[in-house]
Amino acid sequence: MNILVCMKQILDPEIPARDFRIDRAKREAERGSAALVANIFCENALETALQFREAHGGKITALTCGGDKAEDVLRKALALKADEAVLIESGAAQPDPLFVAKTLAVAIRKLGAIDIVLVGREAGDWGAGQTGGLLAEELGVPCLSFAESFEPGSEPGTVRVKRQTDNGWELIEAIAPLVVTITNHEHNVPRIPKTRDVMQSYRKPLTKWNLADLGIDPRTANSYYEVAELYIPRKETSCEFIAGDSLEAKIDAFAKRVTEIMHSI
Amino acid sequence: MADVITFVWGQAGADRAARGLLGAGQRLAESLTGKLRVAILGKADDSVVSAFQTLADGVIVLEDELLSEYHPENYLAALIDVCKRHVPHVVLLGNDTYSQELAPRLAHRLGGSAAGDAVDVAMVDERVRVTRGVYGGKATAVIALARTPGVVWMRARAMAPAVDRAPGEVERVRLGIAPDKRVRVVSRNVEARSGARLEDARLIVSGGRGLGGPEPFKQLQALADAIGAQMAASRAACDAGWVPPSWQVGQTGKKVAPELYLAIAISGASQHIMGIADSKVICAINRDADAPIFKHCRFGLVEDYQKVVGPLIDKLSRQK
Repeated sequence: MNILVCMKQILDPEIPARDFRIDRAKREAERGSAALVANIFCENALETALQFREAHGGKITALTCGGDKAEDVLRKALALKADEAVLIESGAAQPDPLFVAKTLAVAIRKLGAIDIVLVGREAGDWGAGQTGGLLAEELGVPCLSFAESFEPGSEPGTVRVKRQTDNGWELIEAIAPLVVTITNHEHNVPRIPKTRDVMQSYRKPLTKWNLADLGIDPRTANSYYEVAELYIPRKETSCEFIAGDSLEAKIDAFAKRVTEIMHSI
Repeated sequence: MADVITFVWGQAGADRAARGLLGAGQRLAESLTGKLRVAILGKADDSVVSAFQTLADGVIVLEDELLSEYHPENYLAALIDVCKRHVPHVVLLGNDTYSQELAPRLAHRLGGSAAGDAVDVAMVDERVRVTRGVYGGKATAVIALARTPGVVWMRARAMAPAVDRAPGEVERVRLGIAPDKRVRVVSRNVEARSGARLEDARLIVSGGRGLGGPEPFKQLQALADAIGAQMAASRAACDAGWVPPSWQVGQTGKKVAPELYLAIAISGASQHIMGIADSKVICAINRDADAPIFKHCRFGLVEDYQKVVGPLIDKLSRQK
């Protein structure tokens, strides 16, 4: 089984709101002092792939497109023993998910012989949640979303995917190739690479392509949609802190507020 | 003529999400001076059909046996077929997992553009504009869709519900979709949980990292039971394996819209707030008065939950 894991580098989503700034003219977040990290769902996807390989064998290729720091994501994937890594040097991150999907699709075709493409269900920056679906369409293959794990299916050339739904889960079998979007689950928490493996990852080969190599015109970005406005919402309600002479009085007052709401429904 | 089509699932009926979705659809169709149609996929009995009839100008009931249960490829083919027949300007879907799975692919096949998790959708200069939270809820973006149709999945439960009007006409259709052989649903499993789905819950008690382990969730469950609430949790609690992942609320979990959301020992990272922003009232118990959750609360109690939850259960059971 040839597994391809698409990974995205994003602005650290854990930075506190008070340190978060946006560039209104560029309509994107300011980098500031925030770190650039791998999107968590992409890390969940890599972890899912690693677990599959441990149990059933296979080859893992990590693929990303992004700016000059995006290589870090792939080095980390190599440190976690991804077999190959491919960087598409596409410049600054694009919010246009179709542009990204088209770029990834051309690269995947160029790589050839991929059975299953894993992508994170959404990214912690723009959070469009569309790369998987659009990529499946670009490749002309099925797409299964919100998966937490996969294993070989009942017949050769098939995979069995366990995916989360609104009220439980589904087991779905699909004939490869296909695209699967990965969500987080207690069993696919990303592992931490060993320091030695991190050092060695920088000596591993890494394929680099640019958009021209793939025949992608950067001017086609934003032909799907564009960000017309970006702002920080000012919607803070003023919290009434429950006061009281004693803990019991406070709990009383709190319970009363809750009861009032229950009765108003 | 610029029409709007919404897609709903028959099994869910005209629930709050469907009514919210159709509410957004009614307002949008009005601004486009077009028609609002609702297409029902999956099992829909007559009461469901007539409930939708008064909320839209037209109801399309898809009667293919193949569509009685969700199947990603067959449903996608059906949505494409319906859109090709009616050529909508805008397609609206809810934010359930199936809708999210289908929307981008539908847009791609129709040569349109999709955007999702929308809190608002409007027409500006004949282009669909979608307002949504980005950067984990730290910012809001207005996305201008470049292609038609605009396919938008909405935070349906947060939308003002549709208003009843003169019943629209019902069209029963058999599309004759060819079944997709590449994908087969092996089993569909409903997680055992008492009461309403989290997304439909009117009262929610939710616990976070501050609880420190799975054990305190039992006490929170007792509190939830005392007031007839559903249980939820923050991502930290789910990732730690204290509670099932299906309890997770936030950017990466479920988006809920209860009348009351009671957050216990949840700090309130913006990613969590993204999942609860549509709640009518948020209140919290947290020992840290500076916890960001309080910025979103109507009222709050700064205390260690361990001292509060037990007595609170007693009082609420008595006051009920």
